[in-house]
Amino acid sequence: MSAAVSGGAGRRPIVLGIAALVLAAIIAPLLPSYPLTLLTQVAIMAILAMSLDILLGYTGLASLGHAAYFGTAAYAVGILATERQAGFVTCLVAGIVLATVTAALFGLIAIRATGTYFLMITLALGMVVWGLAFRWVSLTKGDNGIAGVPRPELPLPWSLAAPLPFFYFALLAAALAWAALGTLARSPFGLTLKGVRESETRMRALGYDVWLHKYLAFVISGGFAGFAGVIWAWYNGFVSPVDVQLVTSVETLLMVALGGPGTLAGPALGAAVIVFLKNFVSVYTKRWLLILGAVYIGVILFAPRGVLGALRSSHR
Amino acid sequence: MTPEFWVTQTFNGLSYGALLFLLASGLSLIFGVMRVVNLAHGSYFMLGGYVGLSVAWRTGSYVAALIAGAVTLAIVGIAMERLFLRRLPGQTLGQVLMTIGFALIFQDLALLIWGGDPYSIRPPALLSGVVTAGPGRFPVYRIFIVVVAVVVGAALWLALDRTRIGAMIRAAVDDPEMAQGVGIRVPRVSLGVFALGAALAAFGGVVGAGFLGVYPGLDFEILPYAFVVVIVGGLGSLPGAMVGSLLVGLLDNFGKALFPELSYFTLFAPMALILALKPTGLFGRV
Repeated sequence: MSAAVSGGAGRRPIVLGIAALVLAAIIAPLLPSYPLTLLTQVAIMAILAMSLDILLGYTGLASLGHAAYFGTAAYAVGILATERQAGFVTCLVAGIVLATVTAALFGLIAIRATGTYFLMITLALGMVVWGLAFRWVSLTKGDNGIAGVPRPELPLPWSLAAPLPFFYFALLAAALAWAALGTLARSPFGLTLKGVRESETRMRALGYDVWLHKYLAFVISGGFAGFAGVIWAWYNGFVSPVDVQLVTSVETLLMVALGGPGTLAGPALGAAVIVFLKNFVSVYTKRWLLILGAVYIGVILFAPRGVLGALRSSHR
Repeated sequence: MTPEFWVTQTFNGLSYGALLFLLASGLSLIFGVMRVVNLAHGSYFMLGGYVGLSVAWRTGSYVAALIAGAVTLAIVGIAMERLFLRRLPGQTLGQVLMTIGFALIFQDLALLIWGGDPYSIRPPALLSGVVTAGPGRFPVYRIFIVVVAVVVGAALWLALDRTRIGAMIRAAVDDPEMAQGVGIRVPRVSLGVFALGAALAAFGGVVGAGFLGVYPGLDFEILPYAFVVVIVGGLGSLPGAMVGSLLVGLLDNFGKALFPELSYFTLFAPMALILALKPTGLFGRV
């Protein structure tokens, strides 16, 4: 079944994805500010969801601590930009490097475990980062969070402080991340990851270093989550323990599961659905969590392979 | 660092570990029999506390609160297992997302029903007060928690080790197919264990409401502790849950007292170390 899915992954999602990017770029100037900020959120969350897809969809590892890398990068930007007045390059590099290093450390512990143990260990490791964000008050300002994170100044005619230029910036970042992760997924390395997902023992028998492939996928995935975290800190102007909490990790997992793991474009679509749903529902009711919980259960019962997976199988 | 400090902190760690055992033993049993990672387990603890609170308000009886919390959540657990989780055998990610879905729903429902304020259940007069012995002062309620955990632990151990039902559960843990083959109704055993686990967590929640209180967010705050206990001790192992609870209770207390800013780190770093040396936990066999 999975072989058929990955074989059919061909051109369709790529064409649809490019169409969505172009469409978003064209309609953005026509939109009022609220939908525009939502679209900006979608672009950032799409990066986060795609980064997790490398781990969950391609390598078959379900991480429950993905917000840790997103959050460490966001905190790095928050602290550097407010206390050191760090600029674009410093924040970007520091955020991604810190997230990658965190993933590299956590990976050493987590990759040894499989299945359920992997899930629980990544959850616990994610909680370490949350605990530090929450309790290490002298560095992170604890529960109050870091407010007033400035957006970077770039040598461009437009200031990123305005919503529209920032949207294009986030959209460009999402497109770059998609291109990079897509290239990775189609490379021999990405194909080996799929092999590991399907059968670790067979890949080991073929002479592949399974541990190393899983580990690298884990680290790369964390690095891209950090990329999303950097842009999120600039977008939001505020970093708090909410960015690293368990609910953020599981929401990302839901985005991937909802869109269809192992498709990249699917998780990006999942991110769009969740961001819009969250914002529209919270306009009408405070019971957002109730509805989100129902979405989790509904997705698992009725579309276990995600929206894209369900569409594809009905297409056949 | 006076002797009082060490005695008090050790005792606090011990009693917190006892509370964690009530929560984590159920999680471990559920995993052992059904291989389900139940992320709603912290919610059972919180909801148990809330149900106990309402009953204590109405009746004024602490014992009634304990029973009501445990029974209500056993029913919730049975419904969750029968109607939902049973449809997803062997699908780890599906089970995880589904139990998270329930955890979110429970969290929001609790907020809707009991509001955002923290509450606590006042223990009966018999259990309040402080015992002074040597350099330490020991609240009676915390002594009570330790006693309860020891009694529950002993009862669980006897039930698992000495009774026919216990033998059936152990058979279902070791080899579900073979157990089914020799005539054990594994689905029914699973259901029973799930209900028992939920009831134990809720019981712990009512007991915990006597000194931790019960408040929104308690569910996701306590869940990682239960996970660390189970990871350290080994999934599905009762002795593992006992040792793990003690270890986590002590580590957490000393971490908070000695390095307040790094307290979570002092809890999780030893866990990482144990895993690096023994990936299945101290008593795990998988």
